[in-house]
Amino acid sequence: MIDPFLLKAALAGLLVAWVAAPLGCLVVWRRMAYFGDATGHAALLGVALAMSLSMPPIVGVVVVASAMALTITFATRGGFAADTMLGVFSHAALAIGLVAAAVLPGVRLNLMNTLLGDILTVSSQEIMWIAAGGAVILAVIAAAWRGLLNATLSPELMAAEGGSLLRDKLIFTLSLAVFVALAMKLVGILLITAMLILPAAAAAPLARSPERMVAIAALIGSASVLGGLWLSWEADTPAGPSIIVVASLVFVLSALRPHKN
Amino acid sequence: MPETPLIVAKDLTVKRGKRVLLDAVDFEILPGEALTLIGPNGAGKTTLIRALIGMVPFSGSLIRRKGLRLGYTPQKLPLEQLIPMPVDRFIALSGERNRIRRREMLARCGAADLQDSQMSTLSGGETQRVLLARALMRAPDLLILDEPTQGLDSPGEARFYQLLADIRAETGVAVFMVSHDLHMVMAQSDRVICLNQHICCSGTPGVVAEDPNYLQLFGPRAGIAPYQHHHHEHCDHD
Repeated sequence: MIDPFLLKAALAGLLVAWVAAPLGCLVVWRRMAYFGDATGHAALLGVALAMSLSMPPIVGVVVVASAMALTITFATRGGFAADTMLGVFSHAALAIGLVAAAVLPGVRLNLMNTLLGDILTVSSQEIMWIAAGGAVILAVIAAAWRGLLNATLSPELMAAEGGSLLRDKLIFTLSLAVFVALAMKLVGILLITAMLILPAAAAAPLARSPERMVAIAALIGSASVLGGLWLSWEADTPAGPSIIVVASLVFVLSALRPHKN
Repeated sequence: MPETPLIVAKDLTVKRGKRVLLDAVDFEILPGEALTLIGPNGAGKTTLIRALIGMVPFSGSLIRRKGLRLGYTPQKLPLEQLIPMPVDRFIALSGERNRIRRREMLARCGAADLQDSQMSTLSGGETQRVLLARALMRAPDLLILDEPTQGLDSPGEARFYQLLADIRAETGVAVFMVSHDLHMVMAQSDRVICLNQHICCSGTPGVVAEDPNYLQLFGPRAGIAPYQHHHHEHCDHD
C-alpha cells in the first residue's frame, strides 16, 4: 500500500515536470540557464517579504521573481557581459533573500526546505495551485508556440515577419516566474534551474523536432520525479535533490548513447 | 506615372548612446528594383537593415507602402543552434501550412532534397537557399537580404545570384541587399547606395563607380577587379 502523502508528492511532481518540459526546452535553446537561476534565487526574497507582510508566500514569489526576470530582460544593456550581469543579479538576489529571511520581522522560515524543497509535505490545496498555475503556463505557451520558436531561431526574422518581440519576452519571463513559484515546493529554489534544463538537455540528442524534444523532456522529467521519490523513500534521501540526481543519471545515459552520425 | 515607392526613408537617424550609427539617411526603394547597399565595415549597413525591419529605434521617418509584404533573410542563423529543427518545419514556421507549397518553394530555391535535413547540419549556401525559400513563402513585394553570399565560395555565390535573378524575373519582387562583393553589385544592381554612417553617394552602378567619394572609400581598382576584399575602415572625405 502506497502512502497517500507519497501519492500527493508524485502527483505534484509530475505536474511540475510537465510544465517544466516546454519551458526548460526554451531555456536550453536560448542558452538562458543563468537567467533561470537568477529568477529562481529571487524567490527566497519573495518568500521572506510575503511572510513579513502576512501574505501567502506564492504571491511574494510570483511578484519578486517577475520583477527580477523583467529587470534582467529589459534593464540590462551593455556595460558588462551578459553572464557577468546574470551572475551579479543571481547571487545578489540569493544573498539579499538570506539576509531578509534572517532580519525581517515575522519571518519564520525553514531555510533547508525553502532551498532544497519539501515535496513530501505538499497539501491538496498546494496541488490545486500547481495544477491551476501549470495549466495557465501551458495554455499560454501553446498559444504562442510558433512565435516563441521564431524568436528563438532569429529575433530579426521574427521582427521582419511582423511578430512582436516584446510579447515574446513578456510571455517567456512571466511564465518562468510563475513556474518558479510552482516548482519551489518540489525541488527548492537552488535546484529549480536543474528541474528545467536537465530533462530538456537529456532529451536534446534524442529529438529531431522541437515538439518531440518537449515530449521526451516531459517523459524524462516524469521518470526523474518518480525515480527520485522512490529513491527518497527507499534510501531516506532528501526528495528534491534525489529527483535531480535521477535526472542527471538520465542525462549522462543520453549523452553517452552512441551517435548515429 | 512614377510608381509609389515601397519604402521612403527621410532623415533616418540611429544613435547608440552618444554614438551616431546612422546620420540623416534619405532613400527610397522602388517596386521591382534591385537596390544594393555597400559600405566599409562599421558603416551602419546592418543598423540600417535593423531599422527597416523594426529592430532598432530611430528618429526621422520611415514610411512603408500600405500593405507592403516584406521577406527577409538574416546574415545567418545564430551559430550552433541547439533547437532540433527540420528544414520543412522551419519553412512552416513562416505560417505556411500547405506542405505541397512548402515543398515547391524549396525546390524552386534548389533545396528540394534538404526538406528533411536538420537546419544545424546545413552548409552556408544551403542555409541561404532555405532562408530565401522561407522569405519567398510570404509572397513578398520586397526582399531584404543581409549579406546573403557571406561565407559562400565563388561558384556558390554565382549560383545564388543566378537564382535571385531568376526569381526576380519570375515574380518582379524588389530586392534590397547588403553586399561586400563589388563586382557582383556592379553586374546585378539597378541602383547602388554607398553608406558610411551617411549616404556617401548613390545612383546606377556606373555613376557610383565614378564617384570620388566611392573611389576614396573603396580605391580606384574597385569594381574592375573580379574579386577583392576591402579593409578601409574610415571615410574621411568631409
